[in-house]
Order: sequence, then C-alpha cells, then structure tokens
Amino acid sequence: MSVDVLSRETAPPPSASTLRLQFRRFRKNHLAMASVWLLALIVLGCFFGPYAFPFTGEDADFDFISAPAHFQWPHLFGTDEFGRDLLVRVLEGGQVSLTIGFLGALVAGVIGVLYGAVAGFVGGRADGLMMRAVEILYGFPYVILVILLSLLFGGGNLALFAAIVFTLWLTPAVIVRAQAQSLARREFIEAARAGGMTGRQIVLEHIVPNCMSVVIVYGSLLVPEVILSESFLSFLGIGIKEPQASWGNLISSGTSAMDSDLRLLLLPGVLLALVLLCLNFIADGLRDAFDPNDR
Amino acid sequence: MLRFIGKRLWHGGLTLAALVTLTFFVMRLAPGGPFSRNRKISPEVQANIEAAFHLDEPLWMQFGRFVWGVLRWDLGPSTKHRDYSVNDLIASGLPYSLTIGFWAIVIAALVGIALGMAGALRRNSVPDYLAGTVGVVGIAVPIFVIGPLFQAFFSLRLGWFPVGGVNDGARSLILPVIVLALPNIAYISRLTRTSMIETLRENHVRTARAKGVGWRRVLTSHVLTGALLPVIAYLGPATAAIITGSILIETMFAVPGIGRHFVDAALNRDYPLVMGITLLYGGLLILFNIGTDVIRAILDPRIRNER
Repeated sequence: MSVDVLSRETAPPPSASTLRLQFRRFRKNHLAMASVWLLALIVLGCFFGPYAFPFTGEDADFDFISAPAHFQWPHLFGTDEFGRDLLVRVLEGGQVSLTIGFLGALVAGVIGVLYGAVAGFVGGRADGLMMRAVEILYGFPYVILVILLSLLFGGGNLALFAAIVFTLWLTPAVIVRAQAQSLARREFIEAARAGGMTGRQIVLEHIVPNCMSVVIVYGSLLVPEVILSESFLSFLGIGIKEPQASWGNLISSGTSAMDSDLRLLLLPGVLLALVLLCLNFIADGLRDAFDPNDR
Repeated sequence: MLRFIGKRLWHGGLTLAALVTLTFFVMRLAPGGPFSRNRKISPEVQANIEAAFHLDEPLWMQFGRFVWGVLRWDLGPSTKHRDYSVNDLIASGLPYSLTIGFWAIVIAALVGIALGMAGALRRNSVPDYLAGTVGVVGIAVPIFVIGPLFQAFFSLRLGWFPVGGVNDGARSLILPVIVLALPNIAYISRLTRTSMIETLRENHVRTARAKGVGWRRVLTSHVLTGALLPVIAYLGPATAAIITGSILIETMFAVPGIGRHFVDAALNRDYPLVMGITLLYGGLLILFNIGTDVIRAILDPRIRNER
C-alpha cells in the first residue's frame, strides 16, 4: 500500500523553495515590478549612457557655456556654468551615487548580519556586551557620527563609504540578532550541534540562511538610506567633491543657480527622487511578499 | 516606574559619555587642526597660539580639561570665532534651531496624525489619496531637493516668503518649518494609518461599539490610545530626523542656528565648538528617547515590565 503511494509520487511537482515562492509573490506586485524595471533602466542609463556622448562630464565646451535645455545634440539638457554637459554629469553622478548605495547597503548588511547572527547564537554575556555596544551607537546622533567619521578617514570616496557603512550596519544587526536568538533554541540547531558542527559552521550554514528573508527586506530599505546619506553629505560639501559629480553636489550647485535656471536643480533632483521612490516601492513589495505574518 | 526611569537615565548617561569621548578622540585623530592654514606662520607664533588653546598638552590632559569644563558649565573658547566662547555661540544659535525644530515637530504630529486618521477612517477617499501622495513625496524627495524648489516657487516666483535669513521675523521661518516637517508628516501619517486600521479591527473596539458606546467616544478613548502608540514611539527617531534635517535647513535657508555652526566647526576643526554641539545634540536626543520610552511605558504596561 505504502509502496503504491510512493510510486504514485515519483514525479513530484518541481520543487519550489520558500525563497522562490516569495519571489513569485513579489513578481505579482505590479507597482514593485514597474519600479524594478524603471530602476534597471536608470542604472543602465547611468552606467552606459555617457558612452553615447563624444565628451565626458568633466570636459568643458566653451562654445556652450550655461546653454539652456533645448534638447538638441549634443547638449540635450544644456550645460552648466563651466560648459560641462548637464545630462552626462548627472548620469556620471548617478554612477557614484548608485555604486555607493548598493555596495554600501551590501557591506553594511553583511557586517550587520554576521554581528547579529553571532550575538544571537552565542547568547549570554557576550551577547549582552555586543548588544550594549549597538545600543550605545544607536543613541548617537547619526549626522554627527557620519560627519566625524568622514573627516577622520580624510575625505574622498572611500572615507565617505566607510563612514556611511559604519553608521548603517546597526539596524540589520539588531534584526538578525532577534531572529538568530529564536533560531538558536530550535531543535535543528541542537541536532546540528549534536552532529558535531562547530559554532562557526552553524552560524554560517544554519543561522544566516534562515535569516535571509528578513535580511532581504531590511537590506532593500538600506539602499535608499545609503544613497540619501551620500547625497546629503555631498550636498553639505563633506562627501564627494567637485569636479567629480554626484547627485548630492549637483543638487547643491543647482541650488545656487536656482534664481536663474531651475534645470540644474531639477534634473539631478528628479532622478534622485525617482530612484528613491523606486527603491521604496521595491522595499514595500519585498516586505509584502516576505512578511510571514501576512501569509 | 521610578526604577524604569532611573535605569533609562543611567543608560542615557553612559551613551552620552561614550559619544562625547568618541567624538573628542575622533576629532583629534582626524587630519588637520584648527590652526593649520595655507598661510605660513612662524613656528613660534604657531606654538604660542596652540599653547593659548592648550593644544600642546597631551591628549588625555586636554580631555580632562574638557570634562572639567563641562562640569563647570564652560565649554571653552571657539578656535574659529575669535572672542566668542562656545557658550555664547550656542546661546545665540539655539533659539533659532529650537524654534524651527519645535514647530516642525508640532506641525508634523498634528498634520500627520490628522491625515493618517482621515485615511484610515475613509479608506480610498480623497483625503486617503492625499495622505498617500504626501507620504510618498515626503519619503522619496529629500528635503534638500524640496527646499530649493519651495524657495524658487514661493519666494522667487510668488514672493510670499523671504528666500532665507531671519530678518523677517516669523514669516522667514515658515518655509524652513514646513520643509523640515514634510518628511515627518509622511512618516507619521503612514504610521497612524496602518496602526489605526489595525486597532479598528481589535476586539475591544468591537465590544465598545456593541455595548452602545457612541462612535466619537469609541474613537477618542478606545481607538486613539492604542493607535497612537507607534506614533509616540516614533517621536524619539523624529528628534534625530529633525536634528539631521535642521543642519540642511539652516544651510539652505541661511538660518544662523547651531546646525550650520556644527558643519562649519567640523570642517574648520573648531574642536571646542564641535564638542559643545555634540554634547547638546546628544543630550537632546537621549532625553527625547528617554521621554518617549517613559510615555510609552505609562500608556502600555507591557513595556514597563520588559527587562
């Protein structure tokens, strides 16, 4: 009898992991999917768009100084007061902002996940100490920390990156730690330990993968935060400096020209807002698809 | 309850001490100093200036001097603004920063809660869509984009408000307050809407309706108390957001508050001023976080007994 049942199930439905099911659910969310496509378009545009032009964003064209936007080749959106093409500068600034955004979220996420997983798994006094450190850092005014750190690392892109990562790994650490704490008490962890796995193996092979859905949801919220921090600092003149472009310093120089020409402010501003909007919709969609309470 | 408050205060004090210590040493380790200029001055003069500000002493002595100064309510002289003490600079900037921050929080709370309630009570109505739009715009468009756009439109085009500065009294503070409040309106209205929709479904609300309590009464005494808990919990982070925002706002609108002072001081390596403002910001933020926790603990006994 039981053999019969087994033989009837020889062709099981294609296995679908929870992660795959969750992504399937995400794909049904039209707003989130549209955001994914728009974001992909912007990313591609930023990284490959500048190659379509015969100059870079740092080349000054003295025949067209402060040219207005009249959508004519080669200066589609006009030029700034140094004769540099606005569109190309905005696209190149996007490369910087997007790279820092995604890379920063990734690095902050990895640090936070490992820290949280270890703290939650080890427990006891070490956990208490590790979390007290996080709590203290949480109480700091974020701006002060990020400004000080970017000064400490001596300015420049890498300093900015380090400062942002250093201030943003806290939230994933707290979230993963809570998850890891409840996981650490489960039977399969006990079984793994009984089977002779070391603590490090358990953390990397059981705890971290089981936190993945939470991490993806909060990681997606980290990306807009990092981009915002970068442009915030560059706007204040602490982050990325001229002549290198970033959305923050483009907006800042657009601000100083706003009485005569809003276009210098609008183009980077609108693009930044679009990216943040897309990332927020994607994060919302991921949360809806991954949130176990809603299943 | 008293034990709860005492514990929070103790932790807050520790946090503040850690913040101040970290800031002090990070600031000193950062390259450059308050008197390293491009202009060459003779080493004797340089040494004299540094001796006057005690910069020639070992670090731990300088730190001890700073702590001793804090205990005597004296933050020392600014190294950038000659003849001004840090106390003077903060005293002159704080009123502007506090006024803008205070009104921004008040407006954000009132408008945000109203929009969120309207959205939750009449879902998919005009106010709901309005709140949704404000929420999306407020979260996605950073204030350093909205601010200049508002300036260009309301100040330059329409001429309703001054572009910046504080010479026009209250009128010159209206735009900064609105721009600073906007992202917080967005967060608060979203929070209020979701938590209110959840609370409306709760059993105690249905019971109250079933036993014949009036709708208005149910709303104020059964729904709102529960629905506003997450909003109150947001007030702590909101303070942090206001501090961050005020730095931008004061830069954009040329308000002589302490936010702009902080950025300038950090860039100029004005050590005493950086320390003073860090102490102030950190203290404010920690006090607000503690206040938030205490209010939540009063409203929700579950939090009180935690830990």
